Amino acid sequence: MPITYTSGEQIEVYRFSIPVTVGVPLLALFVQAFLPRRIEAFSYIDLPLLVTIFFAMARRSPIAGLFTGAAIGLAQDMLGPYPIGIYGIAKTVVGFGASSLGAKLDVENVGARFLVTLAFYLVHAGVYFWVARFMVDLTLHWSWSRGMLAGVANAILGVGLYHLLDKLKQRT
Amino acid sequence: MDFLLGRYRNLIILVGVLFLQVLGLAVQVKRSGDAENTRLIRIWAVDAITPMERVLIWAQNGTRGIWRNYCYLRGVRAENRDLKQQVEQMRLQEVRLSEDAEQAHRLQQLLGFREQYISKTVAAQVIGSSASDLSRSIYIDKGSNDKIAPDMAVITAGGIVGKVLRVFPSTSLVLMINDQSSGVGAMLEKSRLQGVLRGTADGEVTLERVMSDEQVAPGETVLSSGGDQIFPKGLPVGTVTAVRPGKEMFLNIKVKPSADLSRLEEVLVVTEKQEQSPVADTGGRARAADILAERLPSVPDKPDAVVGSAEATGAGTKPDTAGHAADSGSANPGSANPGSASPGATVSVAMPQQAVKTGDAVSVSAAPAKPKTLQAKAPPPQSNPSNPQPAVTQDDPH
Repeated sequence: MPITYTSGEQIEVYRFSIPVTVGVPLLALFVQAFLPRRIEAFSYIDLPLLVTIFFAMARRSPIAGLFTGAAIGLAQDMLGPYPIGIYGIAKTVVGFGASSLGAKLDVENVGARFLVTLAFYLVHAGVYFWVARFMVDLTLHWSWSRGMLAGVANAILGVGLYHLLDKLKQRT
Repeated sequence: MDFLLGRYRNLIILVGVLFLQVLGLAVQVKRSGDAENTRLIRIWAVDAITPMERVLIWAQNGTRGIWRNYCYLRGVRAENRDLKQQVEQMRLQEVRLSEDAEQAHRLQQLLGFREQYISKTVAAQVIGSSASDLSRSIYIDKGSNDKIAPDMAVITAGGIVGKVLRVFPSTSLVLMINDQSSGVGAMLEKSRLQGVLRGTADGEVTLERVMSDEQVAPGETVLSSGGDQIFPKGLPVGTVTAVRPGKEMFLNIKVKPSADLSRLEEVLVVTEKQEQSPVADTGGRARAADILAERLPSVPDKPDAVVGSAEATGAGTKPDTAGHAADSGSANPGSANPGSASPGATVSVAMPQQAVKTGDAVSVSAAPAKPKTLQAKAPPPQSNPSNPQPAVTQDDPH
């Protein structure tokens, strides 16, 4: 699984149409709200996070990435039971990190995508729990077994999802 | 300065966006009830998502209904026969249980026992979850239009599900009992030990705050204790699956919820609870005379002093024949000990014409029988023969 260093000139930057930019995150939120009640295993998946990582890596612009992450995270917060901003902060960090990484590394191949998604899932969970426990004072506990299982599950699903979403990319 | 801004532009924007979100969080936390501050934007988000979910649920139910009601009817005749047999068996069981329940109600009434009853529920359908893999909450298709309010209990026939956290016009967010931020007052059915039910990071449920020197066995049923003022006491919560020593002298008790929280489709929201004394089913309110009569020894068939048309059997339990008795002192009804009377002692039981409310005094006196009272010869003593021969009278409720 090669992760190659790419110079700025070699990087391909993609853009997306407005319907895709708005519709895909909304669809991800909808599916995330709907499917876990029907398919229990889906409760391990964070589809909005995968979408955040994909858009951030494809655009390769840290500012676009962090705003995408913030918007998706805040929307996810609005549907949840906790104060608004916990997912927002976590996904802002992930969006910024993924796009910064996408600007430096070739993350088009399957292996790189798997590792990047796994790593960012753990980063996301870490930031989420840190904010929830120390800033909002929620009594949340981290479970390594669940965290790793969910990370791997998200990474596997992410690889397949990115392959589908690649078809929506438009070259600049 | 321009160089710094240009070089660290991305980082500065990141810090700015994070700072704004932290500020927003701080405002919500400081006001401690973010429900009102963020109500509008939450309504927008819920309104954007739930219509699609409603349509999908409607389509799913329609398809399932057609399949179940018209296509998949194989084996229904045999199932119907089995169910009829089950109904017969349950009817027999019900007769016995209803006797027990009536007796329990009468005793509870004697003790002035007050209990919370579920008096009104609203059925709701689960239409979605919170779009978060780290919290456990669901959306139901009933909201403030259906008189749903925050902190109402949500249950199923199997057991408790959670409580209403936020209410929107046509939907509500329910925090389930396996969410890490939820807490339910619970107790063990046999030992009556009380604890707090909490969710874990894995989506499981544990009973906390039970001391480690207590004996708790797997398989024991967990009920709601009513201590949280949300769930009425005695609702099924789950079953103990594992017991391990936990932190700080407490046990770590894992509980399997009675309700299948991962496959919820329909739930009931408890919209109204009533606190009242239990009432025996037979003949409306239980009469003190009935209760006392049951505690008295058997009465001869035709006692001399019977006034009116009181029937001797059942020690004058017919309230129509009630009279007014003298009031001489008062005592706890439980103190009337029929078995302690000496041979030949006179036991007089007054039968009031009106039902006796909880708290009415029941007097025990050694006074001679008054007119309009039923006199009966007491049987030989069964215990405590040194006791004086009491005459049990019921105060006039007026």
